[in-house]
Amino acid sequence: MGEEKKPGWKTVPIGGILLEPGSATKYKTGDWRAFRPVIDTNKCVNCLICWIYCPDGAIKRLEKHVTVDLDYCKGCGICANECPVKAITMIEEKR
Amino acid sequence: MSKLIGLTGDEAIAYAVKQCNVDVVAAYPITPQTIIVEAFSEYVHNGEVKTEFICVESEHSALSACIGASLTGARVFTATSSQGLALMHEMLYIASGLRCPIVMGVVNRALSAPINIHGDHSDMMGSRDCGWIQIYAENVQEAYDWTIQAFRIAEDKKALLPVSVNIDGFILSHALEGVKTLDDKAVDSFVSTRKAEITLDPAKPITVGALCLTDYYFEMKRQQVEAIKESKGVISSVNEAYEQISGRKYGIIDTFGIGDAEVAILCLGSTAGTTKYVADSMRKKGFKVGVIKPWIYRPFPAEEIVKATENLKALIVLDRACSFGAPYNPLCSDVISALYQAERELKVINVVYGLGGRDIAPSDIRGLFEEGLEVSKTGKVNEPVKFVGVRE
Repeated sequence: MGEEKKPGWKTVPIGGILLEPGSATKYKTGDWRAFRPVIDTNKCVNCLICWIYCPDGAIKRLEKHVTVDLDYCKGCGICANECPVKAITMIEEKR
Repeated sequence: MSKLIGLTGDEAIAYAVKQCNVDVVAAYPITPQTIIVEAFSEYVHNGEVKTEFICVESEHSALSACIGASLTGARVFTATSSQGLALMHEMLYIASGLRCPIVMGVVNRALSAPINIHGDHSDMMGSRDCGWIQIYAENVQEAYDWTIQAFRIAEDKKALLPVSVNIDGFILSHALEGVKTLDDKAVDSFVSTRKAEITLDPAKPITVGALCLTDYYFEMKRQQVEAIKESKGVISSVNEAYEQISGRKYGIIDTFGIGDAEVAILCLGSTAGTTKYVADSMRKKGFKVGVIKPWIYRPFPAEEIVKATENLKALIVLDRACSFGAPYNPLCSDVISALYQAERELKVINVVYGLGGRDIAPSDIRGLFEEGLEVSKTGKVNEPVKFVGVRE
């Protein structure tokens, strides 16, 4: 994940209050991930089983195959486990 | 017109709250605080106030309800003692963390076990680091005056912190005193109504109490550190404004005879009254003794205390609570830290007294002053922490 500069205590709203609604989408949880799903698009049959199983809605549908939204994918590996054609491999994240 | 009314400490706080346009009171009864909410519920019943009075099933719920109400922009009050304060413990931190300017009357009482209903400071000292501004009143008049001032202190934009007004259980809560009350209109214009900048409003949604992990939590705590530090200035300006309407002068600390004193006793709350009485009679006989009474315990008046001890040769700090296993007890630890930070070498004796409401007599205090005078001559402290009034 990018090393964005976060605001300091002098500028953030007091008391941990969030002043705009729906801001949870801005909270990129992808940096919790230890393993990243990599999809072999040649094997993927676009059955969408991974899309149904993903607990975080991080599988994105494309026309011929799926892809992963790495901003939110926490790397749980459920998609790889459920894939009937073994098109998803979990690869360790390295910095 | 201001009137002189006979009120107990509890009644005086309830009377002050009645005059302060409080929107919501959520509270649970506990001795010796009960009379505050009992008296206030009578005002509600009689239609003397427009306050929403919420009956709850525990102190944890009382403060939870207060936090919710405070976040809507309401002016909120509650009161408790001892076990009730302990049960509120987690909500105390949430109130200060969410920056809810709640005012709470705390009638100080010993903590169990063994069970005891009388006055000592172990309840509030147990919640010492909860991020609340903490005020200690010496008598019923001060309880009344500080309660009114507390709302303006709490709600000031520079503070936005909860405030506890502490009075000693039974010694003040149940003692009848002639209280110089202010006219309703004078209090009304002094406290006005709360004007919150950020409130819960369906038209302008916000999120309160969101998860705040390693990336932001520290920043929120740093803000609280600054807010409570800044609140000292707020307290002083509120004191000045209050003097204008009441003629009574308050401050961060109160002192007696400190100008030429060589020995002083530093203590909180009602004991300062007895101590001033003893100091006064000793001064008449030529002993150079004085009294230092912090009105404000948090934010801790470090600079004020260091300045007040400038000419002293010995200082006796009275603690009405124990910090078990610590080198000194809560108040004295803070005093010694302040002196150390200012690079002051002053002989200090820490005295634990009055636990579970045990009385401290003028003769005990005279004995302590005499011991302090001895230390000021010899420069030697034999027992840095001692206990007065306990049977061997």
